[in-house]
Amino acid sequence: MVDLKNVFKSYNKKNVIEDVSLEITKGTITSFIGPNGAGKSTLISMISRLIAKDNGAITIDGQDIMHTKNNELAKKISILKQSNAINLKLTIRELVSFGRFPYSQGKLKKEDNEKIDEAIDYMELRDIQDKYLDELSGGQRQRAHIAMVIAQDTEYILLDEPLNNLDMRHSVQIMKTLRKLVNEMGKTILLVIHDINFASCYSDQIVALKDGKIVKQGRTCDVIDKCVLKDIYDMDIDIKEIDNRRICVYF
Amino acid sequence: MKIRYLVIALVVFSFASVFIGVSNVSPLDLFNLTEAQQQVLLVSRIPRLFSIIIAGMSMSIVGLIMQQLTRNKFVSPTTAGTLDAARLGILVSMMVFTAASPLQKMLVSFVFALLGTFIFMKILEKIKFKDAIFIPLIGLMFGNIIGSISTFFAYQNDLIQNMSSWMQGDFSMIMSGNYELMFVSVPILILAYIYADKFTIAGMGEDFSKNLGLNYRQVVNLGLIISALVTASVVLSVGVIPFLGLIIPNIVTIYQGDHLKKSLLHTALLGAVFVLFCDIIGRVIIYPYEIPISLTVGVIGSGIFIYLLLRRKKYGL
Repeated sequence: MVDLKNVFKSYNKKNVIEDVSLEITKGTITSFIGPNGAGKSTLISMISRLIAKDNGAITIDGQDIMHTKNNELAKKISILKQSNAINLKLTIRELVSFGRFPYSQGKLKKEDNEKIDEAIDYMELRDIQDKYLDELSGGQRQRAHIAMVIAQDTEYILLDEPLNNLDMRHSVQIMKTLRKLVNEMGKTILLVIHDINFASCYSDQIVALKDGKIVKQGRTCDVIDKCVLKDIYDMDIDIKEIDNRRICVYF
Repeated sequence: MKIRYLVIALVVFSFASVFIGVSNVSPLDLFNLTEAQQQVLLVSRIPRLFSIIIAGMSMSIVGLIMQQLTRNKFVSPTTAGTLDAARLGILVSMMVFTAASPLQKMLVSFVFALLGTFIFMKILEKIKFKDAIFIPLIGLMFGNIIGSISTFFAYQNDLIQNMSSWMQGDFSMIMSGNYELMFVSVPILILAYIYADKFTIAGMGEDFSKNLGLNYRQVVNLGLIISALVTASVVLSVGVIPFLGLIIPNIVTIYQGDHLKKSLLHTALLGAVFVLFCDIIGRVIIYPYEIPISLTVGVIGSGIFIYLLLRRKKYGL
């Protein structure tokens, strides 16, 4: 369980995160939505200890993340940031192998190689595993990064805008994979996402942020609601129910 | 390129290097050397060979590590102020301790090189405009500032003559007894190999490293210490060999990728082969005189460097 209590963060005396408290249960997908500058990325970076919080408490399974060894945390929680634009010439397999670093410290054992193979097959990258990252399309590269996270084999997976720059087909593919990871492997996934329809169709719960504060959190059906969305986005958003899914029409 | 070809080239060039020179030592004499020939081999030729191989390997690897840590393909001891700072260090050691031993000189030079590189890294953190070409330009300017400080103090203390001897890399002065400090590089390079994975991860940025539980700061600092120490020992014994740390890693990246575990050995071997080749050319081109190595490497190296720049897009450097 991820547990945040009264978390604060400010830059230049301006609060970017203000008094956020939050509980995330295991085995779910939680989407963080909200307008630009709402503090979604900052929040997810704090949960994954990339940014230090100013105040409050963040615990994962009861352990304070700031008092847990870096290497231990790397086996429990992984984060994929939107800015992970790697300009190194590495093959997919090399990148995925780095996911095993917290366990192997570079010396890959038989078990590590099995996990790497598994992750590559899971993301259907077997045929192109020896291609360099700079030769790949955006969708393939994103899949390679997710394969690395799978190889890292952490209970908690945090993704910052994983659908950025992807077309519909690849976006759906990624979201289906995430759903599979939760359903089949019992992972807990937290993601920042801009497309509220993707959030609506694939997540168990949604946390809506605005100006660094939580506007609403709860089950997907409670957040994808005309009044709530009006609050968050200052926009009239029509909600249609199609095949038991709530689809927002905002065009 | 196979590692085998590099090893063969290294052996062939090493052999050639030992038997080229003004005093005549032919491979045929190897089993019945006169005393004079034996002296030439042991005092001059073999030390020269060792120093070339170590300098070639270590400067190339230092370049590779610096490029990885700064995430910029155009950073090397030449373009980050490391070389100039190391030189200033030697100058200071000569001014402060008039009879400085080589070891003292190296330590002072190391401290300066480390400080210089560290300041460069701090500048990198501060600037917002992280363009691939802009960063080495800043490094060159920074290096030139340090260089002019060195020149100023060298003038005041009548050390210009002395200083120019480490401005220009030159293997002709290498003799047994004055180059042994270079062997400091060997264990350090082995350490670099052990840390190869960590350097590669650090090259993907602080967030990426943290996600994998790697202590980013510690790895970067170790990389800087390795770079400064190796640079100081090479500058002190051989002098400045420009461009080496820049071109060799870039060539290896093209065919071997950026995973240090895979590219480190290639970089080391190619560096040694390249310097050996340049040294042999420098020795035969105006035989029986010699051209200093910094000139041959500079000419050939800058040619290759310009070519790399022009092909930059294609290879995604």
